[in-house]
Amino acid sequence: MKMTGAQILVECLKEQGVDVIFGYPGGSVLPIYDALYDADIKHILTRHEQGAAHAADGYARASGKVGVCLATSGPGATNLVTGIANAYMDSVPMVAFTGQVVSALLGRDSFQEADITGITLPITKHNYLVKDINDLARTVKEAFHIASTGRPGPVLVDIPRDVSGGETEYRDPGPVDLPGYHPVLYGEEEQLNKAAAAIMASQRPVIYAGGGVVVAGAHQELRQLAELLLAPVTTTLMGLGGFPGDHPLSLGMLGMHGSKYANYAVCECDLLLAVGARFDDRVTGKISEFAPHATIIHIDVDPAEIGKNVPVHIPIVGDVKNVLRQLLERLQAKLPGAWQEKIQAWKKEYPLDFEENGRLKPQQVIREIYRVTGGQARITTEVGQHQMWTAHYYTFTRPRTFISSGGLGTMGYGFPAAIGVQVACPDEVVFDIAGDGSIQMNIQELATAVNHELPVNVAILNNGFLGMVRQWQELFYNRRYSYTELINPDFVKLAEAYGAVGLRVSDPADLRPALEQAVKESRPVMLDFIIEREENVLPMVPPGAPLNQIID
Amino acid sequence: MKHILAVLVENNPGVLARVAGLFSRRGFNIDSLAVGRTDDPEISRMTIVVEGDARVLEQVTKQLHKLVDVIKISDITADQFVDRELVMIKVAAEPAQRGEIMQIADVFRARIVDLGLKTMILECTGNEGKINAFEESLRPYGIKELVRTGKVAMLRGQKFTTINNQREED
Ligand SMILES: Cc1ncc(C[n+]2csc(CCOP(=O)(O)OP(=O)(O)O)c2C)c(N)n1
Repeated sequence: MKMTGAQILVECLKEQGVDVIFGYPGGSVLPIYDALYDADIKHILTRHEQGAAHAADGYARASGKVGVCLATSGPGATNLVTGIANAYMDSVPMVAFTGQVVSALLGRDSFQEADITGITLPITKHNYLVKDINDLARTVKEAFHIASTGRPGPVLVDIPRDVSGGETEYRDPGPVDLPGYHPVLYGEEEQLNKAAAAIMASQRPVIYAGGGVVVAGAHQELRQLAELLLAPVTTTLMGLGGFPGDHPLSLGMLGMHGSKYANYAVCECDLLLAVGARFDDRVTGKISEFAPHATIIHIDVDPAEIGKNVPVHIPIVGDVKNVLRQLLERLQAKLPGAWQEKIQAWKKEYPLDFEENGRLKPQQVIREIYRVTGGQARITTEVGQHQMWTAHYYTFTRPRTFISSGGLGTMGYGFPAAIGVQVACPDEVVFDIAGDGSIQMNIQELATAVNHELPVNVAILNNGFLGMVRQWQELFYNRRYSYTELINPDFVKLAEAYGAVGLRVSDPADLRPALEQAVKESRPVMLDFIIEREENVLPMVPPGAPLNQIID
Repeated sequence: MKHILAVLVENNPGVLARVAGLFSRRGFNIDSLAVGRTDDPEISRMTIVVEGDARVLEQVTKQLHKLVDVIKISDITADQFVDRELVMIKVAAEPAQRGEIMQIADVFRARIVDLGLKTMILECTGNEGKINAFEESLRPYGIKELVRTGKVAMLRGQKFTTINNQREED
């Protein structure tokens, strides 16, 4: 049967199980929008293409499925760039479709032409410009395959208007055949045996778990491993929820804003088992003094991560879930000893805590969100102090419940991501925990949430500052607050103008009632929490310092 | 240390940009890169000379492998290989000097591919050392223009860098 490129695209999307697309139309994607008009796929119209990309990203992180976004050529495509880079840094499976000018106009600086495959070369796992309508179906299939397998990541498919608008006979492209793409999924015997021997011989093991655990769905295997070895587990920001935060073996987060006990444990361990984590500089601190006494085992599906930042003694390439299963077969239970006692003593001595003084504290707000939601909410964040306080004071016990921009640190991520999360999890309570700076980067998406009746809650921790930057200015620039103070709009009125609910809280006594009201509302709610202005995120390891040099 | 990588890639548009971009983005030092298609028109082969220690080389190889279009990478530095560069040199040559220049060409087994009123173009292939020596011996006459390909290299004897070989290994 003859079909247009756009109809073929829709057909392929259905075959891939896509049920929602986040997008924004324009001339170059009109054929695609026309085909979507009567397709059985939900389309969410955001107010900015960056919002569409982040929403697709949030949807993917919450659901484990591939997130899909769509934009027109030129400015539509370039508006996706931050969202794509964000997904790339955090290994999120995403396929971004962009319209392109007609093939005949390519390369002539035509109206709304941007070389989006060129622009996104370094921030996609792979990308395509479809020049021939007969390649379209195969390309879409490959794009989904590449985005979702191995180490996931964003794939961009750029489709000229004559390709989406042209006609051809639709043929199933058959199985994917990419000679250069074969992710390694199981660990090598020899490496596994070496790792098992090192683990059994260790006295002071620590497990360091990253986002790879969440991506691979390996949280149960990780828990089994930790319990078998009685090994404490510290996670990266991306790993939060990959190991239950309320588990006695949990050390919480490590690194720059990690707990004191996690950082001490890493400094003193004799074996570090890195699982789906990539030794980011925010985690390692001064590299040459990172885990100085440890034999390092590194499990990752991406071989290029192994040895990239830190020399590794025993590398194991493979899917984290498979490799942990393979390892578990080779290990025996360990007995508690001095190491476990030492860890518990550190946890008692250096708990994460803050001072209450009658004024509204950010930590208090987050702790209360945890209590009111029973720890069952899906939380997204923006980037800044509020993000770190969320990591500290909301205990994440399940994977895919903490959704935050880790690698790129994108302000403006959390709110559109929360929209994607709410679409993926319509029956769950979703909170975007935001700063007053960050929320204003994509606040226009309130309209999207209202239109689609998505009851997303936004908790703004309003300190009147670009808080995290102010904190650095306080600590490292002698309190010279250069351009970090904010004069904000009235967030309550703004919410109301959009048709959402706006609530303001400045007295700790009003905290709980406001939150209880928010979770009951069926409309989006924007909560403006007026918090202590110059509260700091502590403890903190200064950038470039070893992990045991802690400011607190 | 310099390493020579033989890299097979799918002959897709943009593959050279992907490879070259990866080198600059990750701060790897590319010494030379020569590319052309193989006997299979779908597959191109790149010979990449890269400077760095074992750690750098490991990262280069792993990052290259991540590119979907890259099918196979062999570091042939440690093996027996044959390598060649091609140079073309346009040298100033008054009629009186042509005899001398032709003698030099003879020594290096170079060929004269163009003869002008006051210039000659010579073509020479060989390894880097030979090409350098050839260039040096023509310099006194006045080099007007010079163009060199990057290095291409191939393993000696029974070893291959081909796709079929890769399929057997897998
Ligand atoms: C798009 C973007 N621009 C700039 C930054 C740098 N930056 C990191 S944190 C921060 C301040 C965030 O302020 P706010 O959203 O109010 O949160 P707070 O730290 O006060 O909780 C800035 C500007 C960033 N991460 N992202």
